[in-house]
Amino acid sequence: MNSGSTAPLLSVSGLSHYYGAITGCCGVSFDLWPGEVIGVVGESGSGKTTLLNCISGRMAPTVGKVEFCTRTEGLADIYRMSEAERRMLMRTDWGFVHQNPRDGLRMGVSAGANIGERLMAVGARHYGEIRDTANDWLGKVEFNLDRMDHLPSTFSGGMQQRLQIARNLVTGPRLVFMDEPTGGLDVSVQARLLDLLRELVTDLGLSAIVVTHDLAVARLITQRLMVMRQGEVVETGLTDQVLDDPQHPYSQLLVSSILQV
Amino acid sequence: MDTISQSPDNFHAASGSYNFAYLDEQTKRMIRRALLKAITIPGYQVPFGGREMPLSYGWGTGGIQVTASVIGPEDILKVIDQGADDTTNAVSIRSFFAKTTGVETTTETAEATLIQTRHRIPETPLREDQVIVYQVPIPEPLRWLEPRETETRKMHGLAEYGGMHVRLYEDITRYGKIATSYDYPVIVNGRYLMRPSPIPKFDNPKMDQNPALQLFGAGREKRIYAVPPYTSVKSLDFEDHPFEIQTWDQDCAICGSTDSFLDEVITDDAGGRMFVCSDTDYCGQRMAAHDASDETETNQ
Repeated sequence: MNSGSTAPLLSVSGLSHYYGAITGCCGVSFDLWPGEVIGVVGESGSGKTTLLNCISGRMAPTVGKVEFCTRTEGLADIYRMSEAERRMLMRTDWGFVHQNPRDGLRMGVSAGANIGERLMAVGARHYGEIRDTANDWLGKVEFNLDRMDHLPSTFSGGMQQRLQIARNLVTGPRLVFMDEPTGGLDVSVQARLLDLLRELVTDLGLSAIVVTHDLAVARLITQRLMVMRQGEVVETGLTDQVLDDPQHPYSQLLVSSILQV
Repeated sequence: MDTISQSPDNFHAASGSYNFAYLDEQTKRMIRRALLKAITIPGYQVPFGGREMPLSYGWGTGGIQVTASVIGPEDILKVIDQGADDTTNAVSIRSFFAKTTGVETTTETAEATLIQTRHRIPETPLREDQVIVYQVPIPEPLRWLEPRETETRKMHGLAEYGGMHVRLYEDITRYGKIATSYDYPVIVNGRYLMRPSPIPKFDNPKMDQNPALQLFGAGREKRIYAVPPYTSVKSLDFEDHPFEIQTWDQDCAICGSTDSFLDEVITDDAGGRMFVCSDTDYCGQRMAAHDASDETETNQ
């Protein structure tokens, strides 16, 4: 990291978003440091996705600032930079893993092309090299390499999700947004995926923001946790701390709702 | 109106109550403005208020409106459909303009000043004093990639064209080579991505640095774009899979041409087939020249 650990990678301050009279999220501030994984938990409708969309450059917040530490200029407000710069950031330095892989993948083209797309978008024009890189990444996400030329629609849910992750990581992003990355997968596949995610995050020194309603996911891959309710962050802290000793009544409710097997 | 008085005498007799070249002068003016904008921004799609034409969408309503707006009484018109001058679309559009303008028509590329075409660029090289009008079914090259018009416009604005290579990548992965053979995407003047209309990729190199003005009209989608004379037109490709045009094992069965685009013609139901020039005028010219030289030989 060129700027070292002195500057946060992402800095969010006073962020609120309203849909007319309805509050999406309200007064959210936090810093994300390089190599850190933050989890956002809360029930349905608590504003998690609104928050994620606002900080990932997909929806301008009503008020507040989202600053990202760019490679060249240091901290810069992503909604004040030109759209061209922001879109460039979104397809190089950032990744976005959708809950439903169909939203994040191009279903009509092969797995290899899905991974190659981001490379071609930033100017790669050598077929052989694109293919080699795609191959490498499929290996890293434990994909059966024989299936590189198959369409994503022929893959299982877990494979689609791993493909989506590979597709996002191929340009070497520094920040990855994940919206319920394990939603809709059965538990054994979830466990493998989480294991993979944890490995990748550690190996690549990625920072990530993971939105989930699954506290087990939060426990496994995040270091810090924000608990949201009705658009507001009601509690933040180290993940183990929040989960083992919740302070806010809602956090207590959330933690006590986990089914013990 | 003044413009009508400019038209040749035989026009009044033939046209009945229609204005010169069918469209009213205000419409032509609007289309010419769109054309001027299109020429100044090569490859950029300019929206225009497309009119209902007396033929159905998909038959050349865009091209016909562009032709109607640029045609003058002194022009000599040629209309091409799939390379031929004698197919339905070519015949009816040619007679439409003969009727509504009274201009002279021709089938010879070298003689024409204005050429409306569907699916081909003539084999005979074009000149500076010629204008070629293409009929375009779908003008947006990014449409297969992105269905939203707002988004494709943004992608053009920011020159985000990387995704187009995904299609070529898929071609190579599936077929071992770039299998896209017509409507092959190009970058115009190093800036805008453009669909060259469904011409075979064989014709793509002819667009590059062409001395003639090239105009494109899409009637259903109501878009006009242009490639001015001597403008670079580059076909997309990969460094290790460069752009290539089609080749044939045979020569033209009629004129023996080795360098023109060939159509496969099925001659019977027993597998009989022949390959002939798609450009009927070019083939005819070669035959005429051949016959002429034969005659001089026998005379000697």
